[in-house]
Amino acid sequence: MIVLIIYITVFAIAFFAVRFIANRLIERHDFTSLKTVTFGDESAVTPNRWASILSVLTIFLLWGAFTNSNWTPLHVPGPFVGDTKFTYVMEAPNGSRDDATVYVRVSPAGEPKSKIETELGDGFAKNDSVSVSAWRSVLVAMDKNDEFKRKQGAKVVEVNGSPISPGHRVQVDDGEIVMTSKGTLNFIPNKGLQMEPIWLPPPENVVDRVVEIAQEGYQNFTLLEHLGWSLLRVIVGFVLGAVVGIPLGYAMGLSDWFRGWFDPIVEFMRPVPPLALIPLVIIWAGIGETGKIILLFLASLWIMTIAARAGVSGVKITKVHAAYSLGASKWQIMRYVIAPNSLPEIFTGARVAMGVCWGTVVAAELVAAEKGAGMMIMVASRFQLTDIVIMGIILIGAIGYAIDILMRKSEDYLVPWKGKG
Amino acid sequence: MSTLSIDDVSMRFDLGNGEHVQALKNVTLELKTGELMSVLGPSGCGKTTLLNIVAGFLAPTEGKLSLNGVPITEPGAERGMVFQQGALFDWMSVRDNVAFGPKMGGQSPAEYAETVDHLLDVVGLQDFKQKAVYELSGGMQQRVSLARCLANKPDVILMDEPLGALDALTREKMQSLVLKLWKETGRTIILITHSVEEALLLGERLLVMAPRPGRIHKEYQLPFADLGVGADLREIKKHPDFNTTREEILSMIWDMEEEIMGRSEGASS
Ligand SMILES: Nc1ncnc2c1ncn2[C@@H]1O[C@H](COP(=O)(O)OP(=O)(O)OP(=O)(O)O)[C@@H](O)[C@H]1O
Ligand SMILES: [Mg+2]
Repeated sequence: MIVLIIYITVFAIAFFAVRFIANRLIERHDFTSLKTVTFGDESAVTPNRWASILSVLTIFLLWGAFTNSNWTPLHVPGPFVGDTKFTYVMEAPNGSRDDATVYVRVSPAGEPKSKIETELGDGFAKNDSVSVSAWRSVLVAMDKNDEFKRKQGAKVVEVNGSPISPGHRVQVDDGEIVMTSKGTLNFIPNKGLQMEPIWLPPPENVVDRVVEIAQEGYQNFTLLEHLGWSLLRVIVGFVLGAVVGIPLGYAMGLSDWFRGWFDPIVEFMRPVPPLALIPLVIIWAGIGETGKIILLFLASLWIMTIAARAGVSGVKITKVHAAYSLGASKWQIMRYVIAPNSLPEIFTGARVAMGVCWGTVVAAELVAAEKGAGMMIMVASRFQLTDIVIMGIILIGAIGYAIDILMRKSEDYLVPWKGKG
Repeated sequence: MSTLSIDDVSMRFDLGNGEHVQALKNVTLELKTGELMSVLGPSGCGKTTLLNIVAGFLAPTEGKLSLNGVPITEPGAERGMVFQQGALFDWMSVRDNVAFGPKMGGQSPAEYAETVDHLLDVVGLQDFKQKAVYELSGGMQQRVSLARCLANKPDVILMDEPLGALDALTREKMQSLVLKLWKETGRTIILITHSVEEALLLGERLLVMAPRPGRIHKEYQLPFADLGVGADLREIKKHPDFNTTREEILSMIWDMEEEIMGRSEGASS
């Protein structure tokens, strides 16, 4: 919640700041700047570079601020760490009261705990000393060293001067006290706003982890091998899907028999999410490479078939007529007219298919695999190695993004006429 | 002497719901080699249908067609077509578009290089030959279309409103170009147009078609195409005969359109 509010605030401030600075400093002289109508003119809206940079920076800074990173200058308040104390008043069965102090040492998460040396003090209630890690809470068995026990009817009635009874809570320095139904005191040190490393480790831990796994590997394989295997599966599955799917799509676009025969199959298989096939593929082919490649093959097959079919249907009939009256044979029409004309559609299909395959392979590896990006984060999550999980997610995202950029670049290069015919 | 003969051709489109459209009825026509015939007629009178039948994209429901005695049953390289627009191959350069026909015919690049480069010169696109077609203006694209068709050296050139999408000035230049190419190459040309002026300027013969059913209404023999070769087309338009013929044809087509409108109004009321 707080994160969201901060995020929106940063967004708004950055927007006005950049607007202000940009209007001051940079005079624009390109064509778009001369357009008076930009709201609603899609071509006039290009991603603002500054916004992109600030966006990434904001996420990084927020991450750092909420995880007490060494890399970011600002931090939100962290959990309380150090020594603190509170006092309680014990009422003996005979009605007499005595107070005692509880010394608490809160040690940083992940470091060994230690107690403060204390004297017992006088009266029937004796001083206590407890230790706890940041973000955790501790039950104070305050009556253990006292002269009257709870079993004997003694009970705590005040904490730091405020009355307390089972179920109630009292704010004390650096934390709060909750009395359990059995009358014990539970000390909860202030948690602050930062995230526990086990939920979200600071960025430097993740980077350290990347370096470590890149060098030493994880679960018998290096980072590069994990990612490489995932990528290899995707490429093999996708290529097989394309090699079968594109000719099939062409055949469906060119022959009524093929169209009739395969239409029910393709239309039926298309809405089945590839993830739903994982159980069946595991039953049929096991969890080895064959199963994964079959799965990815199926994931890309229908997409490529439909893309190729749409590519053929999209050929303008006048172009085909023109080619025929220029003396082209059927094969030449296929080779010189239909194939190039369907390329843009096929590229769009390939982009979608690669995206789906990448998602599917990670999911399949989550379910069962010996190596791969998905397997890496699944195993890490079982051991609560959040830094590996986060590293894995970032790398999976980055690779998916890179694949898409690569496909788009090759599309621009190979089908420059797209959308211009 | 070789001829294109269209013998008693009729075309009926079944609309599937039991109705049908008689797009052409008993069209008989003979074209000698080297003739340029323009075709005029109100919208929907079957001009495009007739051209598609000659090109071999459609089989007539009745009648026979032949070119030089050979029956026409399918599209062929001897009958080239220039489309109104959008029929160029976007994925090829200008030069590859023009070279498409010879290449499909099995000629090697060395064999067709001369023809192609000559044609690019003729249509004035030598400087643009490496450009992609989507980088050209509409008028330039039509010149590519024309050159692509001519590179294949067809006996008959079929043009369906090839200049319809061009502005008046470009159109005039293209008209001169068509006349010039027609005289130089001696091809047989059928040219469909919506512009009476264009039909008069370019056609040696002028065919006026009537709708419902599509049929030949009247035929003219005109002198203007021969006069127009190498001359200023605007001068020819000042010719008194030109104006009288234009008025005659305009009112004829006007009457036909009026009749269609009246008939459909009558049908709806
Ligand atoms: N594929 C088709 N199916 C059904 N009817 C058709 C088909 N093609 C043409 N027609 C009909 O045939 C008639 C003649 O059409 P055609 O396209 O030949 O006219 P046109 O003279 O070229 O008209 P325009 O000048 O508008 O191009 C029209 O009534 C049209 O509705
Ligand atoms: Mg037409």
